[in-house]
Amino acid sequence: MRTVSTSPHIHSGVSTKKIMLSVALALAPAAIWGVHVFGTRALVTMCLSIGFALLTEALLNKVSHEDTLWDGSALVTGMLVGMNMPPEVPYFIPVLASVFAIGVVKWTFGGLGHNWANPAIGGRVFVFFSFSSAMSRFSMPRTLLKTLGGVVPDAISGASPLSITKTVTAAKTMVGMTSTEILSSQGYPYTDFAARLSASTGMNPYNIDAFFGNIPGSIGEVSAFLLILGGVYLLYKKIITWYIPASYLASFALLTWIFGGVPNGLGLFHGEVAASMLRGGLILGALFMATDMVTTPYTRTGHFIFGIGCGLFTFLFRTFGSLPEACSVAILMMNIATPTIDRYSVPKRFGDGELRRMEKIQRQEDARKETSLAGSSKNPGKEAAK
Amino acid sequence: MSLFATFKKGGVHPADKKSLSKDISIERLDLPGELLVLMGQHLGAPATLLKKTGDHVVRGEKIGEASSFISANVHSPVSGVIVDVRRVVAASGAVSDAAVIQPDAHQPGPGEEGSFTERQDWRSMDKAAMLSHMKEMGLVGQGGATFPAHVKFSLPPGKKAHALIVNCVECEPYLTCDYRLMMERADELLEGVEVCARIIEPDEVIIGIEANKLDAADHIEERIRSLGLLAGGKPYRVQRLRMKYPQGDEKQLVKATIGREIPSGKLPIDVGAVVLNAASALSTYKAFAYNLPCIERVVTVSGECIAKPGNYLVPIGTKASYLIEKAGGFTEEPDKLISGGPMMGFAFVDEDTPITKGFGGLLALKDQKKGSQTACISCGRCVSACPIGLQPTRMYHLIVRGQYAEAMKTGLMDCKECGCCAYSCPAHLDLVHAFKTGKRMGRKK
Repeated sequence: MRTVSTSPHIHSGVSTKKIMLSVALALAPAAIWGVHVFGTRALVTMCLSIGFALLTEALLNKVSHEDTLWDGSALVTGMLVGMNMPPEVPYFIPVLASVFAIGVVKWTFGGLGHNWANPAIGGRVFVFFSFSSAMSRFSMPRTLLKTLGGVVPDAISGASPLSITKTVTAAKTMVGMTSTEILSSQGYPYTDFAARLSASTGMNPYNIDAFFGNIPGSIGEVSAFLLILGGVYLLYKKIITWYIPASYLASFALLTWIFGGVPNGLGLFHGEVAASMLRGGLILGALFMATDMVTTPYTRTGHFIFGIGCGLFTFLFRTFGSLPEACSVAILMMNIATPTIDRYSVPKRFGDGELRRMEKIQRQEDARKETSLAGSSKNPGKEAAK
Repeated sequence: MSLFATFKKGGVHPADKKSLSKDISIERLDLPGELLVLMGQHLGAPATLLKKTGDHVVRGEKIGEASSFISANVHSPVSGVIVDVRRVVAASGAVSDAAVIQPDAHQPGPGEEGSFTERQDWRSMDKAAMLSHMKEMGLVGQGGATFPAHVKFSLPPGKKAHALIVNCVECEPYLTCDYRLMMERADELLEGVEVCARIIEPDEVIIGIEANKLDAADHIEERIRSLGLLAGGKPYRVQRLRMKYPQGDEKQLVKATIGREIPSGKLPIDVGAVVLNAASALSTYKAFAYNLPCIERVVTVSGECIAKPGNYLVPIGTKASYLIEKAGGFTEEPDKLISGGPMMGFAFVDEDTPITKGFGGLLALKDQKKGSQTACISCGRCVSACPIGLQPTRMYHLIVRGQYAEAMKTGLMDCKECGCCAYSCPAHLDLVHAFKTGKRMGRKK
């Protein structure tokens, strides 16, 4: 069949589905690592999150007579919800989070492309504030458990490095100590691998473990290394740009370096940048959740504003907030600001600079004409005076 | 300026697909049995038909008279008889009168009227005479926009053309007709440039060629040297350009070659430039060196469904079906026939659609399986692809909601429909379609 359509008649081949599947692929290594170190419960949690996200999407497709189940967006949401769950979370929580993410955060606003908040973040924040204590209990990865000989001391049981330092800082029992000193005073373990690498390179062993994913935390957030690998893949495939991740991480790092040491009495310019960046969900958030296209601005300037805003809020919540919940809320707040950012970060129009130059020349010419006119009208007067 | 210049903002990189017809020399085809010569094959008002059914016409005889300031003369491409006059749809969708001409068995030979073999001395003409000759010969911009040449080269009073930029970019995929002209007819092409340079007296002449045609760039550079062509005391300059679509667009080419941006609603001459397309340069040469009006052109026939892709020299008015037949027909049934390039060309259905002055490519393509349309995911690819700095996603949403006036305020009229946005849209939205509709609706109000 011959068809007639408007140009262009060729296409780059990119599609919503390809983008979503690439994001899922980029997330996979970190998710698999999480399942590996946290065990069967993590696997079931991941499966429930993904399964219920897809199920909700399928049921709502029936209601709204659409066919969006396989566009990949529900899959990505499900993965992100699962990866944001603590490994030992009761099973109903990821189910609730996924149903809320797809059914409320996404669908009620009109489905993919119309939601104002990142569905996975909406789901996570919803269950976090509903079931805060279950959402803040973190089990040890099997790699650290091995170091401890299978027994977790009470002092650090169920806590993440981030929550330990936060509690200690709030209690003001170890003022002036760095987080490394705090952690080792509590008998916090690190792997043999980190010990060896630390001995040969002088790097902080806790940071080495946090970088490679030997740290308590949500299933998918622990391995910064694999998350960065996924992020690099997305950058290489031009699925995401570096604008948001870079401005987010850079602004967070800068603020943390300047003010991060203040709450525990270390003073200005003593913040622990690497430790703050590697512990918790910052890398997952900056690379995969703050780059969700639907809920972020679409211009480059907008991306930078968005990223810096995320960095600022994450820093504030991390450093001065009392809950171990910074990244999601920070991104959520910037999601709210997205339409406004889009409105005021309009790209520069081709030729605008030239237009201003032309107008300036025109004005100068007009001014010159006016003065010469004024001059010529003065002249007769002068002549008359003579 | 760097060795490989380009424009900065936006643009896309489609596969160039030129290898299909790049190395195939221009072939002059035998006359077809019937020609459809449209009166409206240029920008502006259609010409007024001067002949009627039954009249005999000689090759090169004027059969259509420019009907207003922006309009162009139309000449008979062959000696023959007008057998019918009827309304015909051009590939662009514009409808106008067309003379249906049946060529005589005997066509003018050397020395006879209509052969145009006698060399003319255009160097003795003055500017006014040259401009009126341009108009008489029906010259238009043959890159696709078909703007009447005599209007373009009559510079507004007080404006000075600093640069004459020859557009040899051919940034649309598949098309190779301009490339072949550069390789085979370089001297003639450059003489056409000389004619235009004499009319507007620029300080420099720049020939813009993209990096996938470096052999052509070297060849043209060598010819400039041996012919000793100068403008403002300097030799003509070949500017090699990094490959990027839509570099062949006037605004992008001017930016890439002389670094100036043509603002919204302004013309190249407002920044001191005049742009001349390669095919137009050759037509100008023929018109001035041999008094041959614009009655023939080279058409690239290409695409995955064409058996023998090539570059064919045919009279204006040749039917697409004739070209397809001469190019070996289809290897498989195409989904789309396109006049021009795949990024900005027009899809048409009727194989009797005639070749016009701006018809540089005839493509037979398979539809790309690109999957279904989804909602806009605000990825911003359209925004970063737009060479003009517009926000296609925003304009699209305004237009589908019927807010045409709002869309106009965000710069809809500056959209050149280059297709970069739709090309890179993962949601497969028909952005260009929406903008064309939006412009029409916006103008109405």
